[in-house]
Amino acid sequence: MTDPIRPALLDVDHLKVSFATDRGRVTAINDVSFRIDDGEFVAIVGESGSGKTVSLLSILGLTDRRTTFVEGTAAFRGRPILGLPDRELRRIRGKQIAFIPQDPLTALTPVHTIGWQIVEQIRTHETVSKEAAKKRAIELLDEVGLPNPAAAFGRYPHQLSGGMRQRAVIAMALSCNPALLVADEPTTALDVTVQAQVLDLLKRLRRDHGSAIILITHDMGVVAEVADRVMVMYAGRVIERGTAREIFAAPEHPYTWGLMASIPPVEGPRPHRLPSIPGTPPTPANIPPGCAFAPRCAHRFAPCAGLPPALSASGHDAFCFLDDNARAAGRAALFAAPETAA
Amino acid sequence: MITALIRRLAEMVFVMVGISVMVFLIFFATPGSDPAARIAGRNATQEAVAQVRVDFGFDRPLPVQYVLMMKRLFVDRDLKSFVNRGQNVIPQVLEATPITLSLVFGAAVLWVIGGLAVGVIAAATQGSLIDRTLMVLALIGVSMPVFWFGEVMNLLSQARFHDTWLFSWVPALGYKPLSEDPWGWFKTLVIPWFSLAVLYIGIYGRVLRANLVEAYQEDFIRTARAKGLSPARVMLRHALRTSLIPFITMFGLDFGVLVGGSALLTEVVFGLNGIGRLTYIALQNLDLPMILATVIYASFFVVLANAVVDFIYIFVDPRMREA
Ligand SMILES: Nc1ncnc2c1ncn2[C@@H]1O[C@H](COP(=O)(O)OP(=O)(O)OP(=O)(O)O)[C@@H](O)[C@H]1O
Ligand SMILES: [Mg+2]
Repeated sequence: MTDPIRPALLDVDHLKVSFATDRGRVTAINDVSFRIDDGEFVAIVGESGSGKTVSLLSILGLTDRRTTFVEGTAAFRGRPILGLPDRELRRIRGKQIAFIPQDPLTALTPVHTIGWQIVEQIRTHETVSKEAAKKRAIELLDEVGLPNPAAAFGRYPHQLSGGMRQRAVIAMALSCNPALLVADEPTTALDVTVQAQVLDLLKRLRRDHGSAIILITHDMGVVAEVADRVMVMYAGRVIERGTAREIFAAPEHPYTWGLMASIPPVEGPRPHRLPSIPGTPPTPANIPPGCAFAPRCAHRFAPCAGLPPALSASGHDAFCFLDDNARAAGRAALFAAPETAA
Repeated sequence: MITALIRRLAEMVFVMVGISVMVFLIFFATPGSDPAARIAGRNATQEAVAQVRVDFGFDRPLPVQYVLMMKRLFVDRDLKSFVNRGQNVIPQVLEATPITLSLVFGAAVLWVIGGLAVGVIAAATQGSLIDRTLMVLALIGVSMPVFWFGEVMNLLSQARFHDTWLFSWVPALGYKPLSEDPWGWFKTLVIPWFSLAVLYIGIYGRVLRANLVEAYQEDFIRTARAKGLSPARVMLRHALRTSLIPFITMFGLDFGVLVGGSALLTEVVFGLNGIGRLTYIALQNLDLPMILATVIYASFFVVLANAVVDFIYIFVDPRMREA
């Protein structure tokens, strides 16, 4: 090995995803680059429709090839995976990179038992006997905290609660000891206590299995709790990136400020909408030119009509024209908000 | 499971009794018509009509009439059709039954396999040339009238090309019992099976394709693909299994109705004296005993097919088990 730098676990460079729609081609993901190393816990945050799911599905080749165009590069352990023939991609999917889908209620095939579906995945990637696979499946179900795992093995998805299904889905994702676990909002469909349990579970998995985890969420509170690094997405772009510590200590993008202000208070009723960001995010078909957030931004000024300078290659950076002074001022205003009283 | 089975059987009996009562009332208790005269036939003498009236108990209350009629039909098996030279009705139905069953069973095997193949292949190659070709062919199959298609097949296999290698194996029209001549049975039925199945292959293939395409939008298909399964496995074990319910429902309806006599056109075209033909002739002659027998026979198969379908549902879709 002459190269002293180990290739990243996942290295995504200039990812661009566009869809063929009735009204022509629209770009949902633009110029997304990031890198994830072994054992890291990275959170991707953003409002609904910001492109979190699409960006990861496209990396895994799970988008519809007929209507979706994926450009850029993505390398898994140094090996390019975009455009890899399906046969080879399948060896990575489910084995090296596991995906926990967004909605546990619909993520499992209704006509097969939980156990059958886990065994299916194990036996797709490893030559083990049915009995061995079954034993492992029951261990996994136990590990993710399903009460009475042997019975759960023979249950159909509709016979389990949402939280139990989510655990079953997680157990299935873990069944081949993936190096990277992509969890797409694994907690949104669940109530608060179950949410906390699932997050604990993810943290424990990283500790015990050493898997890297990408957690997609739109909940800044969740991010604060678990992530090492954070990427904030808006309208198909990464608009801020840094370690969780940096981002929570000194968020730089006005959109991130808005997200922070919307972390629900620990006690009291949870607000329904993001209180501090007026308006709604654009859809891929009508992303404004220049900074896509400008129309909703309280700090916009003339340059925002153009595209902000690209993010720096590494470190904490935001996709924004505001200079350091303006950012500090904006932050100060944010932290002066009533929240500090709490 | 056992109780469900018994309940279902009881339901079947109940439905069939209901149907027999309805049919009885329609044919024998319609005001302004004399059932005795009808049964005796158009040119019957006064004495014959009077005799029938006493024999069938048409001078007694309706419920008694009904019971007597059912007794004749099922217990004594002695229901004569006067229109048809005094032949017993039941043996004729029993004779026609294997013919229709052979025809419909064979066609059903073809159309289930064909429908599955067309639907699965078209959905797997969605949007491609193969898909479009299959869908056009299916549409052609759906729009070809069976009597026309059957006649064309006859023309080709019995006349025009009968002497070529292609169709020289085709026997003359008619039915050969399976128990006597299995190979002959098969050969006489191949072309009728195919002719009857074409329509259903078209319908089932198109419906299944639509259901599969819809299933591919489901989250669990994405999960299956994310697991690294092969496309064939995703299709057969995940998409197909969950898309079979409409297919099975249609099958239950079509199969029951066809066995019950709706294969008439195919039977006529291929000279098969099955239930459809029997019913048709009985209707033409207003042969009440025969109509009664065939309608009850048909209802039996429709009800049976539906019960079987219910059991297949339970087998295919665990969500139906709790209901
Ligand atoms: N197949 C498709 N064709 C056209 N547009 C699509 C398609 N799939 C997704 N989109 C659009 O791409 C955008 C990004 O979608 P994506 O699902 O990635 O959002 P998200 O950030 O995951 O949101 P959520 O939090 O609701 O899951 C959305 O505006 C969505 O409407
Ligand atoms: Mg999403």
